[in-house]
Amino acid sequence: MTDVLVLISLLLVAGSATAVVAVRDPARQALVLAVLGLTLTVLFTVLQAPDVALSQLAVGSALTPLLILLSVRKVRRPGRCEGGDR
Amino acid sequence: MSRRLRLWILTVGGLGFALLFTAACLRLPDFGGNSHPYGDRAVGAALAHHTANVVSAVNFDQRAFDTLGEETILFAAVLGTVVLLRQTPDERQVRPTPAQISVPIRRYALTMLPVTLLVGLYVVVHGQLSPGGGFQGGVVAATALHLLYIGADYRALERIRPVGLYEVGDAVGEGVYLVLGIAGLLGGSAFLANTLIPYGTFNTLASGGFVPLLNAAVGMEVACAVVVLLAGFLDQAVEIEKEAGT
Repeated sequence: MTDVLVLISLLLVAGSATAVVAVRDPARQALVLAVLGLTLTVLFTVLQAPDVALSQLAVGSALTPLLILLSVRKVRRPGRCEGGDR
Repeated sequence: MSRRLRLWILTVGGLGFALLFTAACLRLPDFGGNSHPYGDRAVGAALAHHTANVVSAVNFDQRAFDTLGEETILFAAVLGTVVLLRQTPDERQVRPTPAQISVPIRRYALTMLPVTLLVGLYVVVHGQLSPGGGFQGGVVAATALHLLYIGADYRALERIRPVGLYEVGDAVGEGVYLVLGIAGLLGGSAFLANTLIPYGTFNTLASGGFVPLLNAAVGMEVACAVVVLLAGFLDQAVEIEKEAGT
């Protein structure tokens, strides 16, 4: 039973990780990255590592996508010359 | 270097890595086996110091020095971000116009804010008892504040988030960890040694000696660091603009 769960979550992680690479628009990529964070959270929970799962949930599916979205917004902001400072 | 030579180097390196990695994996214990020599010893050491969450015992007791390093990495990274994202002379600050927020989103964000904040603080305080701890709870509590940006607007968030105070909190969290470590050195046996205060009753909030204190210091540092980090990004994304004509 556990092995099946581990296998399913590994497949989910592999699928969403591939999706992150396949999506080319950075804003959408941030959202898919959040989904990858969720699937990694499931994997860590199934592997009985709840502490790591919590970190992954907070950082991987909330904080990192937020920082990416804010960076994208800054770069794309109208009325601003090209060649960002980042 | 020609393209051919680079391909050769890549092939040799890749093959070497594949061989060594396969050899190393073949000697690993089976996946999900019953023999965990390191885990058994860590559990024993955690129980000896009355810490229910063994992961926290590893982080803040057995390997407290590693956590000091990790905490300092975050501190230095946020410091670097603050310097990089500061407002430069050729940039100016513009007041963001308040956006229209639909009522369900506003209601959801403002309901979830106190709940999320409470969950974050709960996770920090119960770090020595249940999964989680200063780092996880700190990130949750810090992101909870930013629901105000979603539910109201940026000015409302700025009002409850004086960045200067959070910068001080970040430094204080880092400093308290060091001070506790030195206290262990002076009053106990070694730097960050968990021998100074009584271990308390197993599975209560005040158990584990230094573990809850170090955990709280990390929680404060991480929460403040994330707020300061997001403030730098938000200011750049929402408020700061390049001066026209530069």
